[in-house]
Amino acid sequence: MCTTCGCSSDGAVTMDPGHHHDHSHEHGHHHGHEHGEHTHDHTHEHHHGHAPHGAGAAVHADNGPAHTHGPDHHDYGTGPARSHAPGLTQARMVEIERNILSKNDAYADQNRETLSRRGVLALNLLAGPGAGKTTLLVETLKLLHGAIPAAVIEGDQQTSNDAERIRATGVRAVQINTGKGCHLDAHQVGHALEHLPLPPGGVLFVENVGNLVCPAAFDLGEQLRVTLLSVTEGEDKPLKYPDIFQNADLVILTKTDLVPYLGTDMALLEANVRRVAPKARILHTGARTGAGMDTWLDWLKTERSSWLADLAAQAEARAATLRAAG
Amino acid sequence: MHELSLCESLLDVIEDTARREGFTQVRVVRLEVGQFAGVELSALRFGFEAVKPGTIAQDARLEIEHAPGTAWCFDCEKTVTLEDRLSPCPLCGGGRVQPSGGTDIRIRDLEVL
Repeated sequence: MCTTCGCSSDGAVTMDPGHHHDHSHEHGHHHGHEHGEHTHDHTHEHHHGHAPHGAGAAVHADNGPAHTHGPDHHDYGTGPARSHAPGLTQARMVEIERNILSKNDAYADQNRETLSRRGVLALNLLAGPGAGKTTLLVETLKLLHGAIPAAVIEGDQQTSNDAERIRATGVRAVQINTGKGCHLDAHQVGHALEHLPLPPGGVLFVENVGNLVCPAAFDLGEQLRVTLLSVTEGEDKPLKYPDIFQNADLVILTKTDLVPYLGTDMALLEANVRRVAPKARILHTGARTGAGMDTWLDWLKTERSSWLADLAAQAEARAATLRAAG
Repeated sequence: MHELSLCESLLDVIEDTARREGFTQVRVVRLEVGQFAGVELSALRFGFEAVKPGTIAQDARLEIEHAPGTAWCFDCEKTVTLEDRLSPCPLCGGGRVQPSGGTDIRIRDLEVL
């Protein structure tokens, strides 16, 4: 445990109620602080690490190696072998202890805040190329027919074909071409958001780059993650590419109208999805025939209502706090 | 190949830190890669070699420590250590497990001049 601020070895920070943090933190993510009886989450910057040290790393301990503990770094005053060896060039250790994606995650948090402030529900749609993301969106937008204000961010390495297909339905779309990039990131989405004014209650669909691997790691600031898998791709894909499924709120099995021609074992496919995404709801659609579209739209409308109700409750709680303080 | 963008993020963090700390050369970059971080170590190393030329980290060596993977079992409702993403729960044999630890890559520290 750090003797300055009491950060414990599990990565969380535990503080006495009277403890003042006079040095900055830069974890770049939320984590809980326990203050006596209650807990709360907040973000702070952590310029030096107090998270657990594994084997081989310098250890923060009362009787550990002597090191200076400035606000911005720990200087162990050690050479490469971590010993004060006279004559050796003095290298120093700078502790960082940040998630490699901390910058992306900070942009994602900004996006989430912007979306919450605007009252816009954002969905991140993930799937391999050709699973039917754009077709599902086009058919969805036609069925919504303006009943819910919507906008689309299209991510592709090249071309604006998908954005054009969306715009043909009368809905606003921004195309992000990632060039060689194999996924969208939160910074790109933040910029695209600036061009998509949506009223409260609007729904923003973010169609990620078609890829069953890379987009999984990048939080875009979405409220809901939807992974699509077409029945043409094979029953074992969830097991082969678990990361793209595991954080999904909803998994849509698409092109189900083709099942009779393919002989897809839907029970096996569903079981494989459940194995890697135990929390996800599973729906079937066949966008060309319209099969399952009503269930998908019901899910979307329910999620949207519950998101708006949550935001309203938070706003009311804040208003009550402000009134009570007045 | 999102390992390349992970390496670009890594470089961003290193350059931010260099501006703040005033160092000009990085000798070692130590990462902790979780069992379920979803990266190929060889691709990560390749990505680092690809992004470092001409940067403050051009002579840096990547040291990678491993963090074990843990998962939440929906059947016995416990956190368990898992060797493999598709292994069943070692306590109850249940198949519905959700990775909960060892899912990220942490930049631990740098050895700098």
